[in-house]
Amino acid sequence: MNIIVITILALCAIGVAAAIILYFVAQKFKVYEDPRIDEVEEALPAANCGGCGYPGCRGFAEALVKADDISNFNCPVGGAAVMSHVGGILGHDVKAADPTVAVIRCNGTCDNRPKTNIYDGATSCTIAASLYSGDTGCQHGCLGLGECVDACNFDAMYMDKETGLPVIIEDKCVSCGACVKACPNSIIELRKKGPKSRRIFVSCVNKDKGGVAKKACSVACIGCGKCVKECPFDAITLENNLAYIDYNKCKLCRKCVIVCPTNAIHELNFPPRKEKPATKPTAATVKPVAKPVAKPEADTAVKSEDKENGTSDNK
Amino acid sequence: MLKTFSIGGIHPEENKLSAQSAIQELPIPKIATIPIAQHIGAPAKAIVKKGDEVKVGQVIAQSSGFVSANIHSSVSGTVFKVDDVMDATGFRRTSIIIKVDGDEWLEHIDRSEDLVTEITQTKEEIIKRVGDAGIVGLGGATFPAHVKLSVPPGKTAEVLVINAVECEPYLTSDHRVMLEKADEIMVGIEILMKALEVKKAIIGIENNKPDAIAHMTQVATKYSGIEVCPLKTQYPQGGEKQLISATMKREVPSGALPIEVGAVVQNVGTAFAVYEAIQKNKPLFERVATITGKSLKNPSNWKFRVGTPVSDIIEAAGGLPEDTAKIVGGGPMMGKALVSVDVPLTKGSSGLLLLAEEETARKATKACIRCGKCVSVCPMGLEPYLLMVLADKKEYERLENDAVMDCIECGSCSFTCPATRPLLDYIRLGKGKVGQIMRARK
Amino acid sequence: MNTKVLVAPSPHIHSGDSIQKNMYGVVFAMLPALLLSFYYFGLGSIIVTLTAVASCYFFEFLIQKYLLKVEPTIKDGSALITGILLAFNMPANLPIWIIIIGALVAIGIGKLTFGGLGNNVFNPALVGRVFLLISFPVQMTSWPKALGFQTSYLDAETGATPLAIIKEGLNKGDSLTDLMAQLPSNMDMFLGNMGGSLGEVAGAALVLGLLYMLVKKIITWHIPVSIIGTVVVFSGILNMASPEAYAGPAFHILTGGLLLGAIFMATDYVTSPMSNKGMLIYGIGIGILSVVIRVFGAYPEGVSFAILIMNAFVPLINVYVKPKRFGEKRK
Repeated sequence: MNIIVITILALCAIGVAAAIILYFVAQKFKVYEDPRIDEVEEALPAANCGGCGYPGCRGFAEALVKADDISNFNCPVGGAAVMSHVGGILGHDVKAADPTVAVIRCNGTCDNRPKTNIYDGATSCTIAASLYSGDTGCQHGCLGLGECVDACNFDAMYMDKETGLPVIIEDKCVSCGACVKACPNSIIELRKKGPKSRRIFVSCVNKDKGGVAKKACSVACIGCGKCVKECPFDAITLENNLAYIDYNKCKLCRKCVIVCPTNAIHELNFPPRKEKPATKPTAATVKPVAKPVAKPEADTAVKSEDKENGTSDNK
Repeated sequence: MLKTFSIGGIHPEENKLSAQSAIQELPIPKIATIPIAQHIGAPAKAIVKKGDEVKVGQVIAQSSGFVSANIHSSVSGTVFKVDDVMDATGFRRTSIIIKVDGDEWLEHIDRSEDLVTEITQTKEEIIKRVGDAGIVGLGGATFPAHVKLSVPPGKTAEVLVINAVECEPYLTSDHRVMLEKADEIMVGIEILMKALEVKKAIIGIENNKPDAIAHMTQVATKYSGIEVCPLKTQYPQGGEKQLISATMKREVPSGALPIEVGAVVQNVGTAFAVYEAIQKNKPLFERVATITGKSLKNPSNWKFRVGTPVSDIIEAAGGLPEDTAKIVGGGPMMGKALVSVDVPLTKGSSGLLLLAEEETARKATKACIRCGKCVSVCPMGLEPYLLMVLADKKEYERLENDAVMDCIECGSCSFTCPATRPLLDYIRLGKGKVGQIMRARK
Repeated sequence: MNTKVLVAPSPHIHSGDSIQKNMYGVVFAMLPALLLSFYYFGLGSIIVTLTAVASCYFFEFLIQKYLLKVEPTIKDGSALITGILLAFNMPANLPIWIIIIGALVAIGIGKLTFGGLGNNVFNPALVGRVFLLISFPVQMTSWPKALGFQTSYLDAETGATPLAIIKEGLNKGDSLTDLMAQLPSNMDMFLGNMGGSLGEVAGAALVLGLLYMLVKKIITWHIPVSIIGTVVVFSGILNMASPEAYAGPAFHILTGGLLLGAIFMATDYVTSPMSNKGMLIYGIGIGILSVVIRVFGAYPEGVSFAILIMNAFVPLINVYVKPKRFGEKRK
């Protein structure tokens, strides 16, 4: 009995002594930190994705506190809501940045863009891209090895086994830009999310001449310039045989989508077209075949995939 | 004990199927596609346009810098177009396409077979002529030859090492050239020695070519200062640094060029091309290549004109075998896989290898079992297993500290790995990234 | 040719070496020792070996399939090696349930906890063995005598190992010369005519296996030679300093699991260093620790502990001991 009491007392004494030492050491080596850093970090989404350009949320919080003007800073994950909250903590005005989302600018599915050889090297887009032009006739398009999917920290992408192309789950995409950096062929772009997530973009990055591009891929942009002429808002430019739609100028009128002879221009999340198909019979009849992603079911499709992913995560 | 390099090395199956097949001449193609970038360095600039008449040996694209090389027409006829054409890696690059009409050579080219031994030109003239003739290293790296001959100020060359190792399995073109053109090679070596002002040349030949060693040793007695050095059959004996280590017992320091230890290395084929350029006025527009493969009907060696389609040489050797799964330009260890047979042969084409699926298809990558075999075979004393992981994890600083830039990309690690891991794929990736970072730092 | 061509970075050929080839090569090298153990210990050794191998396979499959939910890798042969090595480290009269516990610890804790083949820090068979040695010291140290063609299993006639005889004798204060006289001759020990675990008695068969692995280039000479060399030198020095207190090199090498450890346990790919220089350091460490534990420690045998301790140093050795680089700038 005596032994037990002594043991307990000895342990308590050691504990108290250690606590006192620790207290003084902590006082001695205390580093002053702006308490607002913790507060700001609390407000940030803690995704640590690096999309803001800083090493994690803590680094971003430090930079925010240090900065005099935070209007150029943006947290792509939290968006305007988080930034205005942060602005409130720090007493700065914040202008709301438009939310963006990643889009895949390649529609070279196995049907549209037949394979010309079989890649047998390491499963890495960067390695394949530094070796050769890729396993299809198109030297600009998606290599299909999924480096962007590996780079995504938010499970917002997956490789579609049927098409061999990556797919972005819009609801999960926080627009951090990791996939954009990962893609050696610069296929992925961060574009304005648009009202009701409606977007129009050229789903091709092929800079070859029309004939060469068309031979490699049936839905390539051939640089014909029809969309440039059609666009009432001067939103489309043509450079190196490739059309590009400026999302700040685009008013989502969808005229370019109809005139594109190869269906390289995609519309996302629009309601089905009402106008009579008689005016543009060719384009209208071809379209459904060539655009599996764009159609209205996209909205529900995305959600169901979302759900699938969610459940598999929980397993 | 035969001489060999100091660390690592492997011994793949040699498969020198075409060693006994004498060099034959490949028919001139109907259309020649001549890329303007056939060497390391700046691409040449095309100086002909659609409709121009060209003769054999005429300059059609001019060197565009010090590390660059002239391109000569290998055929006579009319320029059909100058356009982007798919090269061996599938990318479209500028090429000059010539419709062949007859075979008319420039008059000053000496087409006789007579041996000219007397060297009349000075050192400067030789270097200039080698540059003008568009000669590049014919071992496969295609580094412009005149650059290596121009010894940088403050350095002196002591020994010229001739690379006649041909350590790549399957390839036999250098072997055949040595057996058939030994005298010309010796004169070419003398010219190179004069250009470099060295008194000694060592020809390194792997021991699996005893006939070439005997023949070259015998011919070399007629020329002073040239000595043949038989080497152990071990890959990568033909790596520049390994060859210097084997023949001269000197180690080129990490990050330095061979001239640092007083050595200049040239390929044996390059020596022959130099002979032709200096003594015969003939620029580099044809060379010898091996076409080989286990299922090929007739593995053989051919002298071809630059710009001949790959399909022609395959036809000449008996057609593409049914089981071909991969077409490799060069040897199996360091060659590049071609995306199609509709690409032209170039100055760097030392061989064409047709591999069947069971020989070349990669097996599934398994987890590293840390056996250390990659470490023990690496001829540069690196740790491939570690470099691969670091490259995959994008740890570029550690990659640099672990000397990733020393890697000569010989492929011994990937060849050996029991877990069939793509070691070299990732190391090459890391090397590229670290190289970019180092250049940006400068 | 109708199919599309393959495109891949160089090299385009492979040596044909594979994990399986190496693993089954090791198994083949272990066969002489295995067969000799069947001869010396009879039925018991067969039961022990079969139980150990079967339960290693069983646990590897079970844990990978149902616990980790990954594709089982039982085909690569590493479970077979672990099983045989585990059996090699057990006396031939060990009850089956203890063997099964040993296999579970070896595969489950020694290997799969770390992420499977390639990631384990410690040699799985040794983890299993040491666990059993500590948990069931009586069963693990009652060795049957090597009599040849025995049919008894659990009730076999037992005897102490040479190492135990010396250790206990010295502790009692007997003189070394008297104790040595009780031991079998060196030749008998080399051929395996002594008490001990299944795999450790037959030195000759183990050396035969080593030669096979060296010829087949499955392992390099560095680890076995450095371990044995260090033991010879270290025990030689001790013996010369005081022949009455310490036994000589021949005794240390031929008794206990030293040859087994040096040839089959320490050379395990996963848990040994990558570079030749590192392997030498690792081998020397094992050699010194083995002798230290045997001579000065509480246990008569120390090879297992020595290897496990050096296993822990392997990551450190890999970081600090680099192979000699070609053309390295000398400072």
